[in-house]
Amino acid sequence: MARMKFLCDAERCIECQACVTACKNEHEVPWGVNRRRVIVMNDGRPGEKSVSVACMHCTDAPCAAVCPVDCFYTTADGIVLHDKDLCIGCGYCFYACPFGAPQYPQQTAFGVRGKMDKCTFCAGGPEEAHSRAELTKYGTNRVEEGKLPLCAEMCSTKALLAGDGDIVADIFRKRVMTRGGRPQTWGWQAAYGQDA
Amino acid sequence: MRSQSEVARSAFRWRAMLWSMLAIIALAMALPSVGYLVANAAQVYGPDRDFTEERATNPRSDMWRDARVGQGGFTTQTGPYITNTMISNIGENYRQLREGPIKTWGGWFLVLVIVAIALFAAINGRSRLEEGRSGMTVERWKTYERILHWFTAISFIVLTITGLSLLFGRTVLIPMFGHTGFATYAQFAMNLHNALGPFFAVGVILMIVLWAKHNIPNKTDIQWFRQGGGIIGSKHPSAGKLNGGEKLWFWLGVFAMGLIVIISGFIMLFPNLGFQTREVMAWSQIFHAIVALIWIGFFFGHAYIGTLGTEGAFEGMAHGRVDTNWAKQHHDLWYEEVIASGEKPISEEELRRQKRPAPTGGEAPGH
Repeated sequence: MARMKFLCDAERCIECQACVTACKNEHEVPWGVNRRRVIVMNDGRPGEKSVSVACMHCTDAPCAAVCPVDCFYTTADGIVLHDKDLCIGCGYCFYACPFGAPQYPQQTAFGVRGKMDKCTFCAGGPEEAHSRAELTKYGTNRVEEGKLPLCAEMCSTKALLAGDGDIVADIFRKRVMTRGGRPQTWGWQAAYGQDA
Repeated sequence: MRSQSEVARSAFRWRAMLWSMLAIIALAMALPSVGYLVANAAQVYGPDRDFTEERATNPRSDMWRDARVGQGGFTTQTGPYITNTMISNIGENYRQLREGPIKTWGGWFLVLVIVAIALFAAINGRSRLEEGRSGMTVERWKTYERILHWFTAISFIVLTITGLSLLFGRTVLIPMFGHTGFATYAQFAMNLHNALGPFFAVGVILMIVLWAKHNIPNKTDIQWFRQGGGIIGSKHPSAGKLNGGEKLWFWLGVFAMGLIVIISGFIMLFPNLGFQTREVMAWSQIFHAIVALIWIGFFFGHAYIGTLGTEGAFEGMAHGRVDTNWAKQHHDLWYEEVIASGEKPISEEELRRQKRPAPTGGEAPGH
C-alpha cells in the first residue's frame, strides 16, 4: 500500500500560485476558503524562498485527535479525510493543526463557522465516489481514477511532489545529490514523525 | 561499658570524617578553577573569543528554523482562516493538554468529587435542625435575588451538560449513541452552549455586583473555617448572612472562576473580532476547560450543601423565607441583625393565608 505524502521543494518553487488556482478550480472551492496557499519567506530580499502549504495528511493527525465528534478517518493510502455530515464546525482542528489547513466558510459572532473544509489529496470523502454529494461536499475524486492531486500534477517546475512517500523521497534525494546543498524536507518531521 | 577514652576516640573519628568529606566537596569545586591562574581569564572568555557573537549563523538555516518555530511569511491568499505561518507549534501542545491531563485528570476529578460527597453524606448524614422547626420564618432572599440565582443556576447546569458533552462525548457518548447520533446532538449542544453563554455571563456579573456586599470577609469567617463550618467540634460556629464557606464559593467560584470562564469564553465566542490568533484561541480553550471543570466540582459541593446536605436550607432559595431555628443555628449573627432591624418572623400558616386570597363569603353562585 502506498503512503501518500506531499513534499514542496523550496529550491524549485517559483511562487506562481498555479497549485492554488488548480485546487480552487478543480474542486470549486468557495471564496475565503483556501485548501492550499503559497507562503513566501524573506519576500523581496536575497534568499527569498517560497513553499506551497496544504494539509500534509499527518501520520498521527492532531486534527483527528482533538475532534469532539470523531469525524476524521485515514484511508488505506494514508490520506486524512473527514465526514462533513458529522462536523459541527467547532474549530478545534484549526487550533490543533500545525499547518493551518482546516478552513471554514464563515467566521461570525457566536462561533458560527459552518462545516470544515480542507485538502482531500483529491481523494473525495466518505460519499460514493464521483457522486453528486461527494462533488459538492469534497470536490473531485482523482485518486479513485488512479490520478494524483492536481496541484502537484500541474506544478510547472515540479517543485510540489505528491504521491507515495517512498517515491517522493527518492525523487527528492536524487535531486539533492545532483544539485548539491542540503535537503529541506519541509514539514515532514511535523507531519510524519521523527524518522521521516 | 566503653571507657572514657574510647568514646572520645569515636567522636574524634566522626568529626575527622565529616571534615574530610566537606574538604573533598569544597576542593572538587575549587580545584578546576585553578585554570584561571594559569591562563588569563580575559583570554578564555573575552570578547574576541565569544562564540555566540563571533560565529555568524547561516541565513538559510535561520530562515528554516524561523519557519519551524512559527514565524510568518507572506501569502497572497485571503480568507478568515488563512495564516501566513507554515508550522504553528501551539497545535501539538493544545492537543496534548486537551487529550491528556484535561480529559484524564478532569474526568477523574469530577468522579472523585461525587464519590467524596457521597462518602461524606453516608458518614456524616444530613445536617439536622437541632431544635426542630419553629414554624416561624424570616425573609432570606428577595424575589429578584431568587430569580437571578435560579436563572444562573439553570444556565450553569445546561452549560455544564453541553460543555462536558463536547469534552467527554467522544469517549463516553459515541460508544453509546454512535457517530451520527452524537454528531447531531453535539451540533445542537454546541449551538446551545454558545448561545446561552452570554446570558449566563450577565447572570454571573449581576451576582458579583449585587452580592459582593454580603461577601466581605471578616473575623467571624476565620473562626468558621477553624471549626470546619461546624464539622469539627460540637458547637456550630457563628456566621453572618453568609458564612465562610459561602464567601469562599462566592469569591473563588463565582468571582474568580466565573470571570476566567467568561473572559475565555468571550474570546472563543467572537472570532470575528479578529485579534484571536491560534495561540490565543488554544489557550482560551485550555483555561476555559480547566477552570470550568474545577468550577463544576465546586458546584457539586454547593448543590449538595444547599439541598440534601442541610435541613431547612433549600427553602431559603426556593421560597425566599427560612425557619427561624435554621437561621439561629446556621446564621446566628444575621438572625440577630434581622430581628434588631425590626422584622417580625411570620408563621407558616400566616404565609399560607396570605398566598391564598380569603374566600369571598359563601359559595359562588351557579354551583
